[in-house]
Amino acid sequence: MKIIVNGEAMEIASSTLAGLLMELGKGDAKVATSLNEAFVPKALRQTQPLKNGDRVEIVAPRQGG
Amino acid sequence: MPEFYGKVIASRLMLGSAQYPSPAILAEAFRRSEAGTVTVSVRREADSEQAGQDFWALIQELGVAVLPNTAGCHSVREAVTTAQMARELFDTNWIKLEVIGNADTLQPDPFGLVEAAATLAEDGFEVFPYCTEDLVLCERLVEVGCKVLMPWGSPIGTGLGLNNIYGLRSLRANFPDISLVVDAGLGLPSQAAHAIELGYDAVLLNTAVAKAGDPATMAEGFARAVEAGALAAQADPMEPRDMAAPSTPVLGKAFL
Repeated sequence: MKIIVNGEAMEIASSTLAGLLMELGKGDAKVATSLNEAFVPKALRQTQPLKNGDRVEIVAPRQGG
Repeated sequence: MPEFYGKVIASRLMLGSAQYPSPAILAEAFRRSEAGTVTVSVRREADSEQAGQDFWALIQELGVAVLPNTAGCHSVREAVTTAQMARELFDTNWIKLEVIGNADTLQPDPFGLVEAAATLAEDGFEVFPYCTEDLVLCERLVEVGCKVLMPWGSPIGTGLGLNNIYGLRSLRANFPDISLVVDAGLGLPSQAAHAIELGYDAVLLNTAVAKAGDPATMAEGFARAVEAGALAAQADPMEPRDMAAPSTPVLGKAFL
């Protein structure tokens, strides 16, 4: 399936958000996620299905003012 | 000392974590600033990077309160989703809410700010709105649940200091029970001292320290400035006047 992750088109094998994070090597990383501009809490990633064309954002702690 | 949503912070200085020459200089600047709060953000992380994890470890070592921001957000939806992601990442209900309305001045969008603040407050967030010194805007923010207001001194990153002292003083007078923070635009410790002398609870700055030639020394300068400002505010300053008034007694002057 083809989705957009952090602004980049990507062909993925996973069918859930949690699966996508594992596929990207971020299964245990300290990250937060959104799907199609809506927040998806960590507890719901396992059951959050992905579909063709979805837009996923994966963010991490960063410097800020 | 400032109190934000029931939490007392041991310093009137809140410091950003961006733009330092190195992580070691950031840590040293925080040590010498004695800041009680650090601002952070959430950003995309490329596949191969672990920068976010390293940065988070560094922030935890500072041992200060963490205030995530929604920097760069121009819409209510963006700001709300960013705040929700930040709450999970940093495990805090605190959010420095930025909804930017103009790309050149980074001036807050007052209409979007009130809407986002209302949505977040309803969802249990403790909102620190980055706002202008507009009195009516600030009234609206308080009405939707903000117990902290963070008016700009001047636009972010300019170092122009306090552009509207009347407006800032007016906010202090109108909101005696709300914690007030001058956020953004400060370039020098004297400007921070001035904000605290006006009765502000704290100042929040980043660029003035991070972009100084010697960030750690500048950080200490700000630490001393906010202490000086607090002593002045506590000491009930004299009223300014237009006409001169001799300080040396006139009585007893020799007739020459």
